[in-house]
Amino acid sequence: MDYTAAKYIGAGIAMIGSGAAAIGVGLIFGNFVSGALRNPSAAQGQFTNAIIGAALAEGLGIFAFLIAILLYLK
Amino acid sequence: MAAQEQVLDPVHQFSINRIIHIDLNGIDASFTNASLYMIIVIALISLLMIAGTSGRALVPGRIQSLAEMAYEFTANMVRTTAGTAGMRFFPFIFSIFMFVLVSNLLGLLPYTFTVTSQIVVTFGLAATVMLLVILFGFYKHGVHFLKLFVPSGVPLPILIILVPIEIISFVSRVISLSVRLFANMLAGHITLQVFGFFMLALLGGGVWALLAPLPLLAAIAMFALELLVACLQAYVFAVLTSVYLNDALHPGH
Repeated sequence: MDYTAAKYIGAGIAMIGSGAAAIGVGLIFGNFVSGALRNPSAAQGQFTNAIIGAALAEGLGIFAFLIAILLYLK
Repeated sequence: MAAQEQVLDPVHQFSINRIIHIDLNGIDASFTNASLYMIIVIALISLLMIAGTSGRALVPGRIQSLAEMAYEFTANMVRTTAGTAGMRFFPFIFSIFMFVLVSNLLGLLPYTFTVTSQIVVTFGLAATVMLLVILFGFYKHGVHFLKLFVPSGVPLPILIILVPIEIISFVSRVISLSVRLFANMLAGHITLQVFGFFMLALLGGGVWALLAPLPLLAAIAMFALELLVACLQAYVFAVLTSVYLNDALHPGH
């Protein structure tokens, strides 16, 4: 396999991490909404926590994206 | 042909061009388009805050209520995440929040430069935040600040594993804080550019030009998402800054 092909395949494989991060963010907001529907009065106070959790989960997916873009542009 | 290559290259929009060349003993300190947009951002924020606070009307007008909303929003956020003790950092967090928010939003206008899509800018912001956390933590608590790395009520054998993990997670905060903002901006702008390129490619492809409105619709939807991301990332950056400053205020929790 030549270098360019391996590079592009590697970039594609690295993007799996972004999909995994998407699952994580979906779980966080899905659980936040289901919790908020059970107790709407407590939802406002937990919104910041949901955002922080989503940001932390998203950050790991962003790392995968960064590796992919580095591979793609190298 | 040169113009077409510009369209094909999705990272061309992030290139830095020198406007005024300045050379300080071999150090390249040129005034670039990034510097220009940073000055525009600072000028916009200053203009908003000065115009918003000069009237001091009892019933606020449009500009004044915008400035008041920004202030109240950030103040509430700092109070809920870092407590009233964290309010001493409010000017710092407010400056960072407004800088990131305005540069994200300004970068969404076509033909503008996004300051926050440069890793050096976001890393500078994140490094300032973490330096402040470390310096303030040691100033306020002395050696007790190191309790941040030692969770209370954990048996000794587990601590041997846990303390290095805590230290690694503390150090990697600088990277995650800067890379999150940088990569979000980079990814969003590249996606918009790629959809724009799809549209041009379809328009130049004979019958396929009939499909050209599809990427246009996708680009509009992506732009709406990017507006959300621009505000959300500024919020996330400010929230995480106040969470980390809360660690410096109350270590060992």
